[in-house]
Amino acid sequence: MPYLELKNVAKGFGAKGSRMEVLREINLTVEKGEFVAIVGFSGAGKTTLMSLISGLIKPDSGLLTLNGLEISEPGPDRGIVFQNYSLLPWLSVFENIFLAVEQCFRNWTTAKKIEHTEKFIAMVNLTPARNKKPHELSGGMRQRVSVARALAMDPQILLLDEPLSALDALTRSSLQDEISRIWQENQKTVVMITNDPDEGIYLADRIIPLSAGPGATLGPSITVDLPRPRDRKALNHEPRFKEVRRQVIEFLLNSKGERHAAITKKLILPDIEPEDLNLPRQVRSGRAPVRRGEIRQETVEIP
Amino acid sequence: MKFKKFKLDWLILPLIGLAAILALWQVSSATWAKDLPTPLKTWVSSKPYLAEPFAKRGEMDQGVLRFTWYSLLLVAKGYTLALIIGTPIGFLLGLSKMFTKAFDPIIQVLRPVSPLAWFPLGLMLFVGAGKQASELGALFTIAICSMWPTVLNTAVGVRAIPQDYLNVAKVLKLSRAKTLFKVIIPASLPYMFTGFRLSLGIAWLVIVAVEMLIGRPGIGGFLWQEYNSAIYEHIILCIVTIGVVGFILDRLMSLVEKRFKTI
Repeated sequence: MPYLELKNVAKGFGAKGSRMEVLREINLTVEKGEFVAIVGFSGAGKTTLMSLISGLIKPDSGLLTLNGLEISEPGPDRGIVFQNYSLLPWLSVFENIFLAVEQCFRNWTTAKKIEHTEKFIAMVNLTPARNKKPHELSGGMRQRVSVARALAMDPQILLLDEPLSALDALTRSSLQDEISRIWQENQKTVVMITNDPDEGIYLADRIIPLSAGPGATLGPSITVDLPRPRDRKALNHEPRFKEVRRQVIEFLLNSKGERHAAITKKLILPDIEPEDLNLPRQVRSGRAPVRRGEIRQETVEIP
Repeated sequence: MKFKKFKLDWLILPLIGLAAILALWQVSSATWAKDLPTPLKTWVSSKPYLAEPFAKRGEMDQGVLRFTWYSLLLVAKGYTLALIIGTPIGFLLGLSKMFTKAFDPIIQVLRPVSPLAWFPLGLMLFVGAGKQASELGALFTIAICSMWPTVLNTAVGVRAIPQDYLNVAKVLKLSRAKTLFKVIIPASLPYMFTGFRLSLGIAWLVIVAVEMLIGRPGIGGFLWQEYNSAIYEHIILCIVTIGVVGFILDRLMSLVEKRFKTI
């Protein structure tokens, strides 16, 4: 029996008239202990798929089961690492992880909870930064905290939602190694979503492309039968690696075709009243402040 | 426009600004506003009140800081009341769409009502309290006028909590109380403190108006009494004091506010 199973799952957003189908006919089975990567274009609905598995949103139709039980709400049995880290900025590294530990192991003694938290901080090599707040950490460190928090909950399945896409290439590859190491140590079931085929192939047992949206669906599952531990440098010359990569990219490019879509979303901007004349010249984003009413919505082209 | 920095510009430029205003004042009192005391006359007449700021010579003849202290005490009480009432209302508005739909129109209508309009209602409500009536009426007025920024900013703060944080709470299955104390309140604190600061500003505006109406010892009461006794120099003294105190309060609150800028 598959561990995680998605049967004919579909999800759309928007009101009846302008409804847009994001995902359709999603069928996926993941075995216990498997590392599955799902690769797709940005905007294809990858995060929607992850939110469905985590239970944060409900499917319009279809069924999701984990270990034979229907997924109906989010819970600590599915540890998620969000794309934007989602650490609570007013809590330190330790407190962020401790909050999760406290919540998952209520009947443990405090000493045991602290020990457990420290263990996972050490696992991602962040012990020196345990008392720092998220804003004092680099992107890569924040993502490691997020990984440690997810693992500390001892989930049945680990969901990685584009965990590394906000990082620079160097940090990215070192964190890939770290994820690979942690996975081999823990042997957790992992579903990772990524926009980088190489990353997927390097880490996963199986890689599945997600076609371009709207109405994205999963392509054929491709088994990555490369021996572990994998060597990043040697991998580039491996014929099997090249073959898998070709298949994934071909599917993605074919699915893209000539389809173009645009999402129109309502923008709600803060109405700002000046309180001080001594404003710094440089607004952080570099773009001029925009008043409410000037822009009401924004259209984003999806290639 | 290009502005060239020079040494001590932070001190010299404001002094030039002050000198320009004093000159304008001097000219005005010499030409079209004959009743307006000159800066020098104001200074001479105000000196005893500034030199002995805590002196008490009579009920309505006290040092300027002593009057300020009375006013601040009343403001503190009314402002605390405003925060105690305003913050929970703000949370309800932020958390519940139904509550917002039900009460937002009323709030929008009550918000622009002047303290001068609320005060008689306050007096009427507490008329049974006898001697205390005017004090309670004043508290009521301060609280009801100054709570709106707290209410609205708290509501906006709660609504502006990033979905990510709420997702964390959902994934961890935090209880409602824990979500409130561990996620919602810390996440909306910066907005709340902006509200608190604006509320304090309004409370300080209201106290002066209220004191004028009840003729109670305090900086506003003193101002009104000196107007009635035609000692116009002291009106200016009071205006300057009110301004300085208001400015200091605002700065103090903005220090507290910065302390809570978590994000």
